[in-house]
Amino acid sequence: MNGAHDLGGSHGHGPINPDPNEPLFSQEWERRCFAVTLAMGFTGQWNIDQARFARETMRPGKYLETTYYEHWLHGLESLLLDRKLISQSELKSKKAQNTPKTLSRILKAEDVAPALEKGGSARRQEVGNAKFSIGDFVITKNIHPANHTRLPRYVRGRRGKIDRIHGVFVFPDTNSAGLSEKPQWLYAVRFEGEELWGEDAEPNSCTYVDLWDDYLEQA
Amino acid sequence: MPHDGHDNGSKLSETELRVRALESLLIEKGYVDHAALDQLIETYETKVGPRNGARVIAKAWTDPEYKSWLLSDATAAIASLGYSGRQGEDMVVLENTAKVHNLVVCTLCSCYPWPVLGLPPTWYKAAPYRARAVSQPRAVLKEFGVELSEDVEVRVWDSTAETRYLVLPMQPSNTNNWSEDRLAEIVTRDSMIGTGLVGSNA
Repeated sequence: MNGAHDLGGSHGHGPINPDPNEPLFSQEWERRCFAVTLAMGFTGQWNIDQARFARETMRPGKYLETTYYEHWLHGLESLLLDRKLISQSELKSKKAQNTPKTLSRILKAEDVAPALEKGGSARRQEVGNAKFSIGDFVITKNIHPANHTRLPRYVRGRRGKIDRIHGVFVFPDTNSAGLSEKPQWLYAVRFEGEELWGEDAEPNSCTYVDLWDDYLEQA
Repeated sequence: MPHDGHDNGSKLSETELRVRALESLLIEKGYVDHAALDQLIETYETKVGPRNGARVIAKAWTDPEYKSWLLSDATAAIASLGYSGRQGEDMVVLENTAKVHNLVVCTLCSCYPWPVLGLPPTWYKAAPYRARAVSQPRAVLKEFGVELSEDVEVRVWDSTAETRYLVLPMQPSNTNNWSEDRLAEIVTRDSMIGTGLVGSNA
């Protein structure tokens, strides 16, 4: 989706202003938003790609004017409403009105450490050989899907070189749509600065982007 | 809130109310457990953070065999020190040298190696860094006080997949006889993202 989240190469956002003394959470609500989002994620009602897509659906103007955990809050509310885990009227009244759905997994305090430890790798069984080899030149497809994709705009239709073969991983474009995991080979692809930014490229610089088979064509 | 010049009291309290209402609704529905929420927060506030990554780097600096394992199979090498799991399931370590400087970003969201670095700082998640790290990495590095000569190749890694990147910074030359523990103390979070260098006077 060509949304406001796809920021690579855009201008006008101002200086970075790193604050060496910032706390992990700057507000109490960020702390709670973080924890509630993680806990709901563990219930398995959506996958990580669906969670990312839900955050990306925020109106572009709003996305750019809000902070990270506000994006999370928007994403979480959208997913809860979409899965009918809560209703709009419950959200407004702040009270439970309908019978809760039965969830097969609910995160308990004693499950937190093992669940974080386990994680959820997107790596899948390798079958056969990778389509491309290290050193191969590839061209990324010039696609503009309205759904979730991990092919950033600044790197579409560009020529790069396969630098690493990571293995076989879940494909976010289909997984986010709830269609299938469509596991496929994932590569780190190297793009020279001039290929991406033309004469505005900084000297002696390049960018590596992790890309799946479905984004790539032989150059 | 130094990063959110547009925020004002009323907007903040509106968001705060929204989060509180949502949390109590989800607890009332039985979807989330209050003690588990506290446990999640405590984990990332007290147990998981850049001190973990610093242990990995210090070990790589003092143990050549570990370093070569780390560069060839980062996930296993890092797990051997007890750091693994969520948002670090598939790790890659990038070595900085006199000729190559690596810098990590996630232009599309804020992917970050949680088990070794904890939760990302605000600037890593905000638009200015995500927008310019790929197109103007040298200018971005200057904003962090890092100036690299043109003969150093700058490699930017955009974390678009579930692989998570950790930079192995260069060891300061005058620290060769330092212990692993002492080295771990000088490794900064930013040096492991690539927005900083490690100095010996930290």
